[in-house]
Amino acid sequence: MMDSHASMTNLPDSAEALAHAPRREEEHAHPTWSTYWKVALILSLITVGEVWAYYLPSFVGSRGFVPTLLFLSGLKFAIVVMFYMHLKYDHRIFRVLFTGPLLVAAITLIGLMFLFGHLFIKIM
Amino acid sequence: MTAPATHVSAPAPHHYTTLGLDSRKVAIWAFIGSECMLFVSLISTYLIYKGRSIVGPFPHETWTDPATGHVFKPILNIPVTSASTFVLLMSSLFMVLALAAVQNKEKPKHTRGERILGSSRLWLWMTAIAGATFLGFQAFEFTSFVHEGLSIRTNLFGSSFFTLTGFHGAHVTAGVIWLVTLLAIDYRRGLGPRDSLLVDIAALYWHFVDVIWIVIFTLVYLIR
Amino acid sequence: MATTARPAPKHSPDAYGEHSGLWSWLSTVDHKRIGVLYLYTALFFFMFGGVEAIIIRAQLGAPNQHLVSAEFYNQLFTMHGTTMIFLAIMPLSAAFFNFLIPLQIGARDVAFPRLNAFSYWVYLFGGIFITIPILFAVAPNDGWFGYAPLTTRAYSPGINIDFWVIGLLILGVSSLAAAFNFLTTIINLRAPGMTLMRMPMFTWMAFIVQVLLVLAFPVVTIALVFLLFDRFFGTNFYNTVSAGADPLLWQHLFWIFGHPEVYILVLPAFGLVSEVLPTYSKKPLFGYPVMVYSGILIAVLGFGVWAHHMFAVGLGPIADTFFGLTTMLIAIPTGVKIFNWIATMAQGSIRYTTAMLFGIGLVALFTIGGISGIMHASPPADLQQTDTYFIVAHFHYVLFGGSIMGIFGGIYHYFPKITGRLMDEKLGKIHFWLTVVAMNLTFFPMHFSGMLGMPRRIYTYDAGQGWDLFNAMSTAGAMIFPIAMLVFIYNFFVSRKRGEIAGSNPWGAGTLEWTIPSPPPEYNFAKIPTVTSRYPLWEGKEVDYECARINSQEGKTSADLGIVMPYSTIKPLLVALGLVTMFCGLIFARALIGVGAALMIFSLYSWLLSPLEPEHD
Ligand code: HEM
Ligand SMILES: [Cu+2]
Repeated sequence: MMDSHASMTNLPDSAEALAHAPRREEEHAHPTWSTYWKVALILSLITVGEVWAYYLPSFVGSRGFVPTLLFLSGLKFAIVVMFYMHLKYDHRIFRVLFTGPLLVAAITLIGLMFLFGHLFIKIM
Repeated sequence: MTAPATHVSAPAPHHYTTLGLDSRKVAIWAFIGSECMLFVSLISTYLIYKGRSIVGPFPHETWTDPATGHVFKPILNIPVTSASTFVLLMSSLFMVLALAAVQNKEKPKHTRGERILGSSRLWLWMTAIAGATFLGFQAFEFTSFVHEGLSIRTNLFGSSFFTLTGFHGAHVTAGVIWLVTLLAIDYRRGLGPRDSLLVDIAALYWHFVDVIWIVIFTLVYLIR
Repeated sequence: MATTARPAPKHSPDAYGEHSGLWSWLSTVDHKRIGVLYLYTALFFFMFGGVEAIIIRAQLGAPNQHLVSAEFYNQLFTMHGTTMIFLAIMPLSAAFFNFLIPLQIGARDVAFPRLNAFSYWVYLFGGIFITIPILFAVAPNDGWFGYAPLTTRAYSPGINIDFWVIGLLILGVSSLAAAFNFLTTIINLRAPGMTLMRMPMFTWMAFIVQVLLVLAFPVVTIALVFLLFDRFFGTNFYNTVSAGADPLLWQHLFWIFGHPEVYILVLPAFGLVSEVLPTYSKKPLFGYPVMVYSGILIAVLGFGVWAHHMFAVGLGPIADTFFGLTTMLIAIPTGVKIFNWIATMAQGSIRYTTAMLFGIGLVALFTIGGISGIMHASPPADLQQTDTYFIVAHFHYVLFGGSIMGIFGGIYHYFPKITGRLMDEKLGKIHFWLTVVAMNLTFFPMHFSGMLGMPRRIYTYDAGQGWDLFNAMSTAGAMIFPIAMLVFIYNFFVSRKRGEIAGSNPWGAGTLEWTIPSPPPEYNFAKIPTVTSRYPLWEGKEVDYECARINSQEGKTSADLGIVMPYSTIKPLLVALGLVTMFCGLIFARALIGVGAALMIFSLYSWLLSPLEPEHD
């Protein structure tokens, strides 16, 4: 499952060797400066777009406003998490540790919105 | 009693770990996962109480006090908050640069640009200052709200708004203190590649606080 | 009583000069010693909560009694519930997490030994903080789930609820810190070859419990912070009177935490019996993968059933249907576990040791509680049962019949590992049978008094409603518990001093913790084992036996072996003390907030800036 990295080959065979086992750091293609500033640019542009949308009365009144803003915010969220928090490049255990709770949190939020009448299911 | 900061030793644990990862990084991700539930509880409460305050001021609507006839404008200040949002967003850029600078400390730098990009102190300072600026904006926002007649005790909106954004502000504050501590270590003995884990976990925390603000900004400020 | 006057085992803590004395306990970071601290403290609180229960039952033994006042009765049942859940069962589980997780996965300590000490001290100070008030009759008095708005200043003006809010916030810090620690430990400190699907079932259940803790505690923390703010700073979260607050907000937030919490209470006990039953049946656990998956399923579903505690509210047909269904669903993985345990015992060569009896007791008694649980999973049925003694019967069958039976089984099973000596079996069996009789005599009649409409949390009742006999039975049963506990305590302390020497594997068990001496040396494993199967001592390969042979040797110190162990340090205790002082300041004198914060921050920095262990490379 999550312990793919714990390969069972080359087992250190004494306590001594264990204590001195070389560090097996994650070796990944880390993003670089050019990724970083592009990400920052995209984030800024999305933010400008969001605030802009806020000042368009006709759009604010429309049905698409809330979903659009939620989508944009989710997009920014995902970009920061993937690139700045380098979840995209890191060990998958971190993805499990983050997305698992995030899902539970999101579902709880949606559940509460239903229960308090901020969301509806239309039956018939 | 305080041991010298030089003891914040190389992040590499000399012990065997199952995944070959440093336990501190595993723990910080678990912590971040847990914080998702913390903030979702706060955000849920804000949304549950949205539009249910009996008296104003309100976030997006005008309100006339029936007793005094006083008119309260919508209280949220979008331009100011957009600016502070932008500052926090940029702080995340500074933070990744700080981490990259620490990781590449020992690589030779030839151009002026490389030297600037490679200065961990510069980027740690920039991140901390951006964080402090965000907090300044928040202090300004809070005081002006109180002047306009919205306190944490005024109505459901006031209670849930100040608590939610206050919790976030407290997280930013902790982050700034964390960054300043890293700076102190940097000045004391210089942060190098072997310290990258120390900076990495601080950065993960910092970005997470930023990410939470991305959500708050949309849900509280932009969506009416 | 089988007492053999032999010298103390070589590794008993007092064999090391520098490892004894009060200071060594205050500054220890050894997971085994912290586990022992948890065990003693939690047993103390277990008995304290027990005394509260005895008074409650004495008061209810017959109609129209006035042994205690209505007000004090409220404090008694509130503190009984709070104590048993947060100060007894959770920390008893934590005692086993501490002691066993590193031993079962082949590690030398937890991932963060100092954080581990911190968790314990916060628990101890928080426990004292929330327990002291009842001695002065100013204890919390609104029930263990502290429904707001009842708990707001408007309805509970006294200091009582302040202790409850702050106490639970403090205990939450302890639980969360411990949860991050154990989670990291299980993920990252498993010995080579200890894959997830080879992990002992106790460690698996512990793993799931940590996930539940990490996800559930933040929610109740926020609910409590709202209440704290309402009470101290005049916010409106639960102010239904003048601000239009929703009276259901607390209930939802609390039960989003509350249902996962019940699994936090019972899964460790499930883990313990999953070690006990195979050992004394001489058979591997039946359906190991299914046990794992049902545990995971319980954890996931556990977050989608919370409103079954709120059927009486009238959430509407959609919500009631949804939560009724998910509640019935969660009984499936729970039932699967029961069948797996039975199948584990089937055709085994069973030894009826005390630990085994408690294990079988859990399977039998928990099942009864599970069945009544399914009964009130149905909203219409629950409307009749909710807030009656039927519910009290349900949750005592799952919590006493489940958690406590499992924990006692665990104590008898692991006592030799912890102390190096065996507990007396004859006394153990007396303890077991007294407990079973007391348990059923106390709680079974509550099904009937509940069905006859007796509400919970009333301090007395009139005769002639058909409740008298059942209450008399419950009270009679309750009076047997202290006798059972006396037998246990006597056995515990006498065996500790004079019990038979156990040796490394007295029960012929199969997992890693039984390959090392009893009690284990501070470094646990002289050689980090290499694991090739679920039961290395039963079905292992040559490497397993080789490791076991090396690791069972006694008498070496970590210095002899060149193993680097963490320094002991007082700083975690000081940080905990600072934290609790800070919280005390809210109630007693605001100046304490500053003092506590200063102590906390100073000690914290000092902790973080000092090395964990001696330099080595
Ligand atoms: C078969 C699985 C289970 C089902 C279907 C179930 C169902 C329920 C339901 C529907 C209630 C609410 C009753 C009411 O208040 O009207 C309840 C209450 C309760 N259950 Fe369970 N339960 C199960 C297992 C457990 C377990 C394993 C525990 C703890 C170890 C537990 C502990 C409790 C407690 C403490 C309460 C009462 C809370 C209170 O009102 O103070 N239950 N259960
Ligand atoms: Cu429940």
